[in-house]
Amino acid sequence: MIDLLEIFLTAGFWAATIRIACPLILGTIGELICERAGVLNLGIEGIMTAGAMSGWMWVYQGGDLWTGLMFAAFIGALFGLLHSQFTVYLGLSQHVSGIGITMLASALSFFVFRMMLPSSTTPPKIEPFQPIHVSGLSDLPFLGEAFFSHTPMTYFCFAIIPVVIYVLNRTPVGLAVRMAGENPMAIEAQGINVLTIRTCAVMAGSALMAVGGAYLTMSAFDAFYFGMINGRGWICVALVIFASWRPAKALLGALLFAGLDAMQVRAQQFAGAFIPYQFFLMLPYLLSIAAMVVMARQAKYPKALLTPFRRGERV
Amino acid sequence: MRLEPRESVSFWLVLLAPVIAIAIAMILTSGLVMWTGESVSTAYAALFKGAFGSRFAIAETLTRATPLMLTGLAAAVAFRARFWNIGAEGQLYCGALAATFFGTGLIVLPPALMIPFLFIVGALAGGLALLLPVYLKSKLKVDEVVTTLLLNFVILLFVNYLLEGPWRDPMSMGWPQAAAIIDEGVLPRILAKSRLHMGFIVGIISAVLVWFVMRFTVWGYEIRAVGHNPSAATFAGISINLTVLRVALISGGLAGFAGVTEVTGLKGYLTLDLSPGFGYAGIAVAMLANLHPLGVIVSSIFLAGIYVGADAMSRSVNIPNYIADVLVAVSVLTVLVSLMMTQYRIRFR
Amino acid sequence: MSVLKINGVTKTFGSLVANDNISLKLDEGEVLALLGENGAGKTTLMNILFGHYVADAGEIEVYGAPLPPGATDAAIDAGVGMVHQHFTLADNLSVLENIILGTESLFAWKSDTARARAKLESLATEFGMKIDPDKLISELSIGERQRVEIMKVLYRDAKILILDEPTAVLTPQEVDHLFETLRAMVSRGLSIIFISHKLHEILNISDRVNVLRRGKMVGEILTKDADRDSLAQMMVGHEVSRPKVEHMAAGAPVVTLESVVVSGGRGDKPLLDNVSLSVHAHEIIGLAGVAGNGQSALGDLLSGLQPPSTGTIRIAGDAVDDHSPRAFIGLGIGRIPEDRHERGVVGDMSVWENLISENLREKPLWNFGRLINFNACREFSRNLIEQFDVRCKSMEMPAKQLSGGNMQKLILARTLQNNPQFILANQPVRGLDEGAIAAVHERLLSAKRNGAGILLVSEDLDELFALADKICVIYHGSISPPLPVRDVTIQDIGIMMAGDLAHGETLRPELAHGETSRTEGVA
Repeated sequence: MIDLLEIFLTAGFWAATIRIACPLILGTIGELICERAGVLNLGIEGIMTAGAMSGWMWVYQGGDLWTGLMFAAFIGALFGLLHSQFTVYLGLSQHVSGIGITMLASALSFFVFRMMLPSSTTPPKIEPFQPIHVSGLSDLPFLGEAFFSHTPMTYFCFAIIPVVIYVLNRTPVGLAVRMAGENPMAIEAQGINVLTIRTCAVMAGSALMAVGGAYLTMSAFDAFYFGMINGRGWICVALVIFASWRPAKALLGALLFAGLDAMQVRAQQFAGAFIPYQFFLMLPYLLSIAAMVVMARQAKYPKALLTPFRRGERV
Repeated sequence: MRLEPRESVSFWLVLLAPVIAIAIAMILTSGLVMWTGESVSTAYAALFKGAFGSRFAIAETLTRATPLMLTGLAAAVAFRARFWNIGAEGQLYCGALAATFFGTGLIVLPPALMIPFLFIVGALAGGLALLLPVYLKSKLKVDEVVTTLLLNFVILLFVNYLLEGPWRDPMSMGWPQAAAIIDEGVLPRILAKSRLHMGFIVGIISAVLVWFVMRFTVWGYEIRAVGHNPSAATFAGISINLTVLRVALISGGLAGFAGVTEVTGLKGYLTLDLSPGFGYAGIAVAMLANLHPLGVIVSSIFLAGIYVGADAMSRSVNIPNYIADVLVAVSVLTVLVSLMMTQYRIRFR
Repeated sequence: MSVLKINGVTKTFGSLVANDNISLKLDEGEVLALLGENGAGKTTLMNILFGHYVADAGEIEVYGAPLPPGATDAAIDAGVGMVHQHFTLADNLSVLENIILGTESLFAWKSDTARARAKLESLATEFGMKIDPDKLISELSIGERQRVEIMKVLYRDAKILILDEPTAVLTPQEVDHLFETLRAMVSRGLSIIFISHKLHEILNISDRVNVLRRGKMVGEILTKDADRDSLAQMMVGHEVSRPKVEHMAAGAPVVTLESVVVSGGRGDKPLLDNVSLSVHAHEIIGLAGVAGNGQSALGDLLSGLQPPSTGTIRIAGDAVDDHSPRAFIGLGIGRIPEDRHERGVVGDMSVWENLISENLREKPLWNFGRLINFNACREFSRNLIEQFDVRCKSMEMPAKQLSGGNMQKLILARTLQNNPQFILANQPVRGLDEGAIAAVHERLLSAKRNGAGILLVSEDLDELFALADKICVIYHGSISPPLPVRDVTIQDIGIMMAGDLAHGETLRPELAHGETSRTEGVA
């Protein structure tokens, strides 16, 4: 038991927590933006896959890392646009469209990857984001390794949170997005097009999701392989509920979750003899379900979530 | 552009809608084919030939259609009640687990009893897997989409554990798989010199039974009412909780059937790659059939043809067989739109 | 001077002509009433003015300048403001956020909340409406919410105010207050279009009345030259007579609530607070009250959807232990739900499938355990359709295609064919035209004659006074003891609806011989 607690004292644990949290943060915030606007985006798993593949492929084909991220965001926004056409514009089932988008984005990613890189014995790699060395901070004992030796993309994932909070709560466009998820008729009554607001929100959210996927191939690791997202997208959907649709709580939830995941990896070393590793791997998914159960009673859903807005139709 | 509701819906339009959707999907996917440099006509010809072009091909397609039919029915029944069961993949494996547990020597019965017995336990196992999501939804209003999805991963890891650990067949030469199903439990072949087995018949019978229940029984009426308008259904005296429970047990049971057929009919034993995504593909099958149980028979055969054909095509033409998944995904989206067009008409101002 | 001119506006939805060549004008500082029954086309016309719909023909001029069609922002810029019938407010956001939405460019970096607060302050003082900008809408009462809606419009410097059925959810006293506010606005140069189907209010507040019937403008009259009967006649096109109550001796109690509490309100307040009420056979008890005071909880309770937290419900004297819709239906409780689209019918299922929905579990509608007997079901439905005059193209058509009136007849048919001993009629004629209203009322009265006890919940005091034998008021979950209708006036009910439930005590016949006028001022 003491060994388990000692894990908290290793800098490696905290560094790993931050790394594991990044794709979850971006995915959760991205889904949160979509849902605040009233649209459930179940395409997240596929969009993260597409982001992972396209960002990586851009770099593999000779591009640089930052434009690769922009490309991944662009691809994400495209899938978001597609999802909006079905759900916002045509008012079709958000569940089915989302699952269709996940299937499409995943299939396209694998197809394009296999097409451009016929199988080889060694998995192809790129040169990913490197940790930046800040003289002074990075050399601190413990804190240096834990918090100040991360890649620029990692810092970006955290920096995005205050930006999203500000935009959602303090700008007119953020107010419009929030209103779209609560009472779209109110927006329409002001002469603003609800469909445009929702579509933009979904595209922005999807772009973030894709970048979250790209984190895996461009910062955490350096290769793309099939099944890489491994359910993280669905975990983000659960985390949005856990966070009560608030960005700050989403950060907290992602960190908590990442910490438990990092813990689980290390705990395997101790208890791996008694408990098979598969059970440790189950923990993230079971915890996500638990997270949803915990928040279920108090869930303050955006009132207009899942309700399509049909203009000018006689009721 | 505006959408105007249609006053009446023509039966033929509803029948035609999925067909049009698939046609458009094929046209869109052909763009992808052109990108690979291959000729579209050669590619699709190879696809068709690989799916339906020979006795062997047809047999393979029907064999692949068997689990798809069952998971498609599972999705169709659930979605009718607006119960978003995305966990068919996990429920399939639960069925396979039950069949393996009971069918590798624990209980020995003559085939006429053994086979139905394995199906029953498989269905129970599949239904059981849905109990937690149903409970969470009924009592705590927790969305079933995410819970069923996440459980898939949990169940698969559990299967992984069993196959690498206590259930590992020592005679399998290092490959993780379980012991073989005993002879009394193996589904007989129904077509000589092919892999087509009795599971296909089970699928057809299941589809007919589901159709019958949905159309002619009070249960079917209640399921449809709950799916269309849960508030009004409750108000009229229908118990939502009981209905959802029924739907879940049927849906999970059907997915469990799929697992049983793969283990006792196709492979003969449980492996980790028993299902290459049949649970998820079942959703596509259900959508393409407009959630109609008899339509599921047709759409499952069609989708099986795409998968089998794409495999064959990838061997003769340089196109990765992921194109099948792309085509299926595009079909799900196009059928969503084409089904809407049966209810609405587009008006250009 | 005319601030608004509408010329020859026509609008068609499919085969329905909602507006047929309508022309009207509005002068500065005038209150113009737009009168018409439900479905006459008033809201459609105003939606065209406000840019939600585009007219098929016709033009609109605001302050002399043509108004671009279909552009809500252009209408707002021209000074048109609309207070919608169904509030366009977001419960989970604050008053301030609801008001400033759409007033700033979407590309702005920051919302200028300081300036907004200042402007709201000055508007509140100028028009005498106090609001707290930081409260969430969910914390406000209905009257306060309407004030926010009006503030929204004033904040945008509207010069022409359109109010769509603004008094539907207000107590009589709140209506007076609203009218004071409107008069204050008019004295400051605003012009108002007041949409309503309530004749006495129109006579009270407006200067001129335009009457719409079935999409056409059928008459224009100065308010001082009009009276209730002439307006009613123009509105409906023929002599209007709604069925009137015939008082009968009440029978045995059919439904009794004993000290019922339903918890779950905001804070720790119960939704229903120690309610005791008895409804007898051959009796209609009317329940008045502003929306949001517990009517929904009461409706759910009596429909079998919600068991009481404490207390007992007795049906025909026996305490109920199984609180479920199915049990209640079996015990002879008939329910007409408040929202017919959401609760009353399954819109996507056919008319006949909806007619059998409450009875499907009883023979002979099924055979051999679970199989539906289609012939029996269709026969059953055919009879009901004929008996209750439910007009539909065929009984196979989806119920959502029925008109409001016919849908309500379907629900009535389904409910009444069981010969219920108790009927909960929740807003039974909301949104219906006069013909349908008369039909529904006739059915209720005939059920009462046959022995049913009816609890009529309605926001329309006229309806309650016309049909009920006794009347009671619900406020914050408490219900006043029912009083005979002839012993109270609308003013009395208004006082009670605003919170003074005890006011009813002083009106008991033993205590108040002849002292029936009350001149108490109300806040």
